[in-house]
Amino acid sequence: MRVPISWLREHVDLPADLTTERLEQALVGLGIEVESIVDLRATVTGGLVVGEVREIEELTGFKKPIRFCRVDVGDANGTGEPQEIVCGATNFAVGDRVVVILPGGELPGGFRIGARKTYGRNSNGMICSARELGLGEDHAGIMVLPADSPARPGDDARPVVGLDEIVVEVEITPDRGYAMSVRGIARELAHSFGVPFRDPGLVPAPAATPQPAYPVEVRDPLGCDRFAGRVVRGVDPTAASPEWMTRRLTLAGIRAISLAVDITNYVMLELGQPMHAFDLARLTGPLVVRRATAGEKLTTLDGVARVLDAEDMVICDDTGPISLAAVMGGQTSEVMPDTIDVLFEAAHWDPVMVGRTARRHKLFSEAAKRWERGVDPALPLVAIERAVSLLTEHGGGTAGAEILDFDEVAPPVPVELDVTLPARRVGVAYPPARVVALLEEIGCTVTSAGGAAPGSGTGDRIGVTPPTWRPDLTDPADFVEEVARLDGYDNVPGALPLAPAGRGLTDDQRRRRSIARTLAETGFVEVLSYPFVGPETLDALGLPADDARRSAVRLANPLSDEEPLLRTTLLGPLLGVLRRNVGRGHRDLALYEIGMVFQPRPGAGRPPAMGVDDRPSPARFTAADATVPHQPWHVAAALAGEVDPAGWWGGGRPADWSDAVQAARTVVEVAGIPGDRVTVRSGDRAPWHPGRCAEVLVDDVVVGYAGELHPRVVAALELPRRTCAMELDLDTLPAAPVVPAPRISGFPPALIDVALVVDADVPAESVQAALTEGAGDLLESVRLFDVYTSEQLGAGRRSLAYKLTFRAPDRTLTGEEAVAARDAAVSRAASRFGAVLRGA
Amino acid sequence: MTYRNDPYDPKQVALLDQSALDEAVAAAEKAFADAGDLDALAALRPAHLGDRAPVSLARREIGALPPAAKSDAGKRVNQARTTIQAGFDARQVVLREEQAQRVLAEERVDVSLPGDRRPRGARHPLSTLMERIGDLFVGMGYEIADGPEVELEWANFDALNIPPDHPARGLMDTFHVAAADGSTEGSGLVLRTHTSPVQARTMLTRTPPIYVVVPGRVYRTDELDATHTPVFHQVEGLVVDKGITMAHLRGTLDHFARAMFGPDARTRWRPHYFPFTEPSAEFDVWFAEHRDGPRWVEWGGCGMVNPRVLRACGIDPEVYSGFAFGMGIERTLMFRHGVSDMRDMVEGDVRFTRAFGVEI
Repeated sequence: MRVPISWLREHVDLPADLTTERLEQALVGLGIEVESIVDLRATVTGGLVVGEVREIEELTGFKKPIRFCRVDVGDANGTGEPQEIVCGATNFAVGDRVVVILPGGELPGGFRIGARKTYGRNSNGMICSARELGLGEDHAGIMVLPADSPARPGDDARPVVGLDEIVVEVEITPDRGYAMSVRGIARELAHSFGVPFRDPGLVPAPAATPQPAYPVEVRDPLGCDRFAGRVVRGVDPTAASPEWMTRRLTLAGIRAISLAVDITNYVMLELGQPMHAFDLARLTGPLVVRRATAGEKLTTLDGVARVLDAEDMVICDDTGPISLAAVMGGQTSEVMPDTIDVLFEAAHWDPVMVGRTARRHKLFSEAAKRWERGVDPALPLVAIERAVSLLTEHGGGTAGAEILDFDEVAPPVPVELDVTLPARRVGVAYPPARVVALLEEIGCTVTSAGGAAPGSGTGDRIGVTPPTWRPDLTDPADFVEEVARLDGYDNVPGALPLAPAGRGLTDDQRRRRSIARTLAETGFVEVLSYPFVGPETLDALGLPADDARRSAVRLANPLSDEEPLLRTTLLGPLLGVLRRNVGRGHRDLALYEIGMVFQPRPGAGRPPAMGVDDRPSPARFTAADATVPHQPWHVAAALAGEVDPAGWWGGGRPADWSDAVQAARTVVEVAGIPGDRVTVRSGDRAPWHPGRCAEVLVDDVVVGYAGELHPRVVAALELPRRTCAMELDLDTLPAAPVVPAPRISGFPPALIDVALVVDADVPAESVQAALTEGAGDLLESVRLFDVYTSEQLGAGRRSLAYKLTFRAPDRTLTGEEAVAARDAAVSRAASRFGAVLRGA
Repeated sequence: MTYRNDPYDPKQVALLDQSALDEAVAAAEKAFADAGDLDALAALRPAHLGDRAPVSLARREIGALPPAAKSDAGKRVNQARTTIQAGFDARQVVLREEQAQRVLAEERVDVSLPGDRRPRGARHPLSTLMERIGDLFVGMGYEIADGPEVELEWANFDALNIPPDHPARGLMDTFHVAAADGSTEGSGLVLRTHTSPVQARTMLTRTPPIYVVVPGRVYRTDELDATHTPVFHQVEGLVVDKGITMAHLRGTLDHFARAMFGPDARTRWRPHYFPFTEPSAEFDVWFAEHRDGPRWVEWGGCGMVNPRVLRACGIDPEVYSGFAFGMGIERTLMFRHGVSDMRDMVEGDVRFTRAFGVEI
């Protein structure tokens, strides 16, 4: 909401020397967010003076009429001589008074004015139009002051044309509807400055007459609990809004339209009461206020034909709906240029209904914004009176004697408040009398609940009745806030609460951090990608039609229709980030992400309804929670380019499937899973290359996949050749066991290498497992150090070379013991896989 | 004892002559000094200390001496030999040291060559910033709570005193989950618009005293631009205990501010409105290191937990009170590190992330 300070000053005695800084500080301290404070005096700099035109010489030979003028600017130019100015406008004559900006000045938009030669003459300044001064859109000609203006040549033109205002634009929080008005802001500033406030909402207004101003039937008092109206007849249809009114509307950001409409807007800004003006001649029959029937149609003032919902409230006459109540009027009954008889309406509508209607029709009018936040139900007759007097004053006509006031507004309910509650919640020792005084200052009526004088003892319960303009004050906590706010948040001291001894991070939290840190330290860069994906991404990943990852949570209102789904795998978004980096010229990339994926629960249905007056029963909450998609934590990594870069030390090494598999192994290891519970075996799963896909298992449960991506996927996603990736479901990893400490033997080891020839399709890990089993307790470690194929070995055969380390805990092994253990290991591999000891 | 060579024959003992011994010593010392390296020195050893060396031959001649002269001759021969050996050893020490120096000189390298054979990666600064904040509160006895990103509408709104038609609900720009059956009634699920539903979950699953911080990812239907992103991060704190006041909130936020932004940091509160807190405030932090000079920076929102929220979560507001606060992590990173464009934090360009390393 935007409002000029001069308007506020009509209702609150602000300090005469109020600076914009002090004003902003006061508003912010009250909880009113300041969007901007514009001092119009500062928008035009330098000399801006009244000038009187003395001579006009019409210059010829140019494409448009150009005038060379001599303008009396008094002594403002320092010489007293007339100022010579070239001007392209023609709407003025000798003797007219105009607005002149002298050289050195600057107009809004940074337009600097100098002395310059133009059209063959020297021009020393400029004669201004209203638009050039930032005062409106009128660019038809320069501003000519009215004949009766008392301004004299050389006077500062700012106050003459209205460039003496300060306009403040504020943002009102959803709980403070009353502050969306001059009345409300002035009231708040009165609290802040401790100065008198004259409430324009508490002026006397004539009450309802037995005979209504117009027949009205309110059929739904829940949606509309007050409806007031009065007629003004015989208005001069040519009467324009007074200049001060249009200027204030313009400064407030509302377009001036016609006298009657401008008055409704002016009263809305001043009091906060949205109003409507009907053309009496265009109404047919009595008015009915009711819910719309579904499918009813109404063309609103903005020219949009709207289909109404059964929840919308409408004002109807015999022709049907003529106004979308509280939100926007209809075209058929609006005030026209020939309107002579006007019916003003001021009502009170259900804020919830208005909010729903505004959202349904996406029509957030100035009226709707106020209704939704709450409007003082005591205002309608005051607003009607204000509007009627403004209209009869400026448009003539006669106010009808009859006043309609349907009023079923429930009065505010007193709230019982423990007067010590503010001190106990805020931590400031407000004396009870101070609490009462602050509540009374904002308009509350405070009574003693128990008969004793308020604040006479601790634990005193008082009755607090909020004023009609504060429907937000319903709970004791609301009054606590008002006390703290008006006393000042700056007065709240600081003290640290003593938390009980905590338990630190959970195992899962520690595990995710360890994994993240380890991946970062092994070369991967963390990514936090958006989880939005489209079916195209799932297609590009080559997921089969029956793949569980195709069953995704769908958004009703996605940002992009191409990406309405939430990720079921981290790979889609992660590979997108990889591609973006490639597009930016990065070649060697290793990325990872740890995040949630979203797995719908088919057939879960809607969560059961839960109230807010008490906690939902555990069964009900569990049932509700069971409808929430499963959201396991995953980790994924992707690699492209070189994983070991080339350098002065030699050539680089391109990332391959084994780097992705190793990343997966690293994650499992860092998660604390002992190696003997981990299996890595050949797998077949999209989006991986079927021959280069590893399936990672812990305790025989698949936890994820790793390897090189399928060439089709690489092509479809436009990734670098042989891009590799892994993805693990962290939620499937079992808890890490407590690690038993190894026994460290100080005796020397016996090292024996063995090379075993096996069929090429026997996994190295299986051979190693056989060796380990066969070797027995003396085996300390086994490590594959070479893989070898040759013609000599024969097709389909390969040699795997292992380094075996034997050691006894209590003695130095003899050669015979070590060889016996080796033989046992080899014979296990031989019996299981037909392994042949090479060179034996 | 037999004296095989009793008859004294001066011809056979010429090498025992003192001048001959002196000559041998002098010759050896000169030869050793001339040896330029250990190999050359080693090559001199047979000639001066070997079996055919003058002192060795002289020793053999002692037998030819009369018994009375043997002792004296033995002493002299030994002395000469010891001198030569000492000269050899000394020269060897010198040459060894020279050789060691030469090897070290030859092995000199350009230590300024890069050694990043396996470059390290990096954590995303939003992650590390959330962890840093979490750790700070864990140090104060808080625990870290988390919850689902696809959330019950009830937990995201209703339980937090945001009923279905509340204006604040409209302001949240919520992503709604489509109903599985395609009905327009809605699924009752949303992408959480703030981390606050975790407050509700925490209060439903724990009993006071509750001291938790909640870092996490949240969603609003804003298009990505320099200052907005539909996916962003928050950290919020929740305390529910007996006798909790706004002063405890102030003390906690000021401590938090000092831990994050240095000893001069403090917070300033502006009254505001949040449905789930009453009283409510937005808070600014005094940030001395701002790239445009010290100033107040908008940081987050806070307040006393609305008794309606406590009640909806089964906590008696007559017995317990609490405070809550929260702030945007993107926003914090932006002013703490001078990030000027939201997209840098979102797009995953490795240049941006690498700059922050693994801690923040």
